[in-house]
Amino acid sequence: MILSVENLGVEFVGLRAVDSARFAVRRGESYGLVGESGSGKSTVLRALAGLIDNWTGSIRFDGRDLSGKRDRTFYRRVQMVFQDPYGSLHPRQTIDRALAEPLAIHGMDRREERIEKALEEVGLGHGFRFRYPHQLSGGQRQRVAIARALIVEPEMLLLDEPTSALDVSIQAEVLNLLDALRRRRNLTFVMVSHNLAVVAHMCARLAVMNRGRIVEEMDTASLRAGSARDPYTQRLMAASRGYDRALAESFRAFD
Amino acid sequence: MEKPLVAIEDLHVTFRLRNRTVEAVRGVSLTMGKEKIGIVGESGSGKSVTGRALLGLTPPAGEVRAKKLEFDGQDLRGLDPAGWRALRGRRMAMVMQDPKFSLNPVMTVGQQIAEAYVTHVRASKAEAREKSLAVLEAVRIRDPQRVYDLYPHEVSGGMGQRAMIAMMLVAEPELLIADEPTSALDVTVQMQVLSILDDLVSRRGMGLIFVSHDLDLVAAFCDRVLVMYGGRVVETLKASELASARHPYTRGLLDCVPRLDRAQRELPVLNRDAAWLEGR
Repeated sequence: MILSVENLGVEFVGLRAVDSARFAVRRGESYGLVGESGSGKSTVLRALAGLIDNWTGSIRFDGRDLSGKRDRTFYRRVQMVFQDPYGSLHPRQTIDRALAEPLAIHGMDRREERIEKALEEVGLGHGFRFRYPHQLSGGQRQRVAIARALIVEPEMLLLDEPTSALDVSIQAEVLNLLDALRRRRNLTFVMVSHNLAVVAHMCARLAVMNRGRIVEEMDTASLRAGSARDPYTQRLMAASRGYDRALAESFRAFD
Repeated sequence: MEKPLVAIEDLHVTFRLRNRTVEAVRGVSLTMGKEKIGIVGESGSGKSVTGRALLGLTPPAGEVRAKKLEFDGQDLRGLDPAGWRALRGRRMAMVMQDPKFSLNPVMTVGQQIAEAYVTHVRASKAEAREKSLAVLEAVRIRDPQRVYDLYPHEVSGGMGQRAMIAMMLVAEPELLIADEPTSALDVTVQMQVLSILDDLVSRRGMGLIFVSHDLDLVAAFCDRVLVMYGGRVVETLKASELASARHPYTRGLLDCVPRLDRAQRELPVLNRDAAWLEGR
């Protein structure tokens, strides 16, 4: 197991955002966290990434305990891709600069070569290198964000709704790209999404979260086969199939 | 024949920017009655611009031209601001995507709805309050008295969106244009909001134009669907016949979405054909 999470808890003032979460991810696996707003899925990801430090419980990455200060190699080996391709790139910096920065931070060599290779790998090519973010479409920006994450040769990517701001046709391209990169580099993914079908497409196993708790963990095949046991998962499944009058009626009880 | 609620023929919306001209809508036609029409397309397809042109909400940089642009038999071309005010909010209304940005943060939910009512209908404060409570109840807010006095930041996204719908409906418009009304909501909440819209259309005999990027959702919800690409309607379908869509763009949109009922290693991607821009 490259990642194992035990009894993870995160509390914000008066709110238990994550409560006793527990899961483990194998190297090279793609693992999904699904849930609606406020379910705690993104908070789990942020605790893994080291973006919040008031978590309790245990997180182990490649055998090492992550409580306390993490060393610099952790921040190279684990990279994150955010939801909003418009907000995650500096508007006054060229793509070249966005890609050069992580290389400088981690003191990596052959920068020229790595930048060219990273751009090529995400299907952008040399022509994009000296452009600014506003000259790129949403899908192209998300490719840059992926290139920036990959350029330091990480082992694990934390993906926070990486395609939910994109049109469906662009989403398909970005998901295909991520999947191909994972296979080629034997990357481990932890992917957060509100979209059950996207997670089912990308991940072999997934956890469904509701109100800070993991209510069910299952593999994608059983999810597709409809063998979810938890009522919340079943409701999410049903809602993901599209609008249905009778179904909508059954949701009325929740406010 | 009964006169249609909306009649659009050959609508063009052109934006003149500093150094170029963008044709956002290029020849859209639509005739509708009291039914649910879906307009589907990706970013930049012209779907929202079409909806806004119908409400006279095209920004000053845009120019609207049409052979016909009518609401309930009334010509909307060249309508003056007073003419628009008489229609907008009263007879046709719009629900926007995100309640976070569309509700006034310093007024309570109820006050905003009551304000919308007295703007369009002569009524006393007490009547406006009563009407607002009734409409909050109509959008299935369980405790209207309590929600009336809440500020927008105190309500959830789903409740905020229902409050928005309530505000648009309080003057009982004949046409509602909903621009991605559920895209910012969780799927289960989305269901509830849709069923409310569904009820209102059938019960009040209202026309609905539902603008969305989600083809499946629109097909399950609307009677007819217009698929837009590059400012044109490339295909018009009965919602029930979505599965037999013929245009490669429509097919491509349907195919590239991951689905729970089909596992595939690689998602098909859309290969855009320049001919689609010509409406072929």
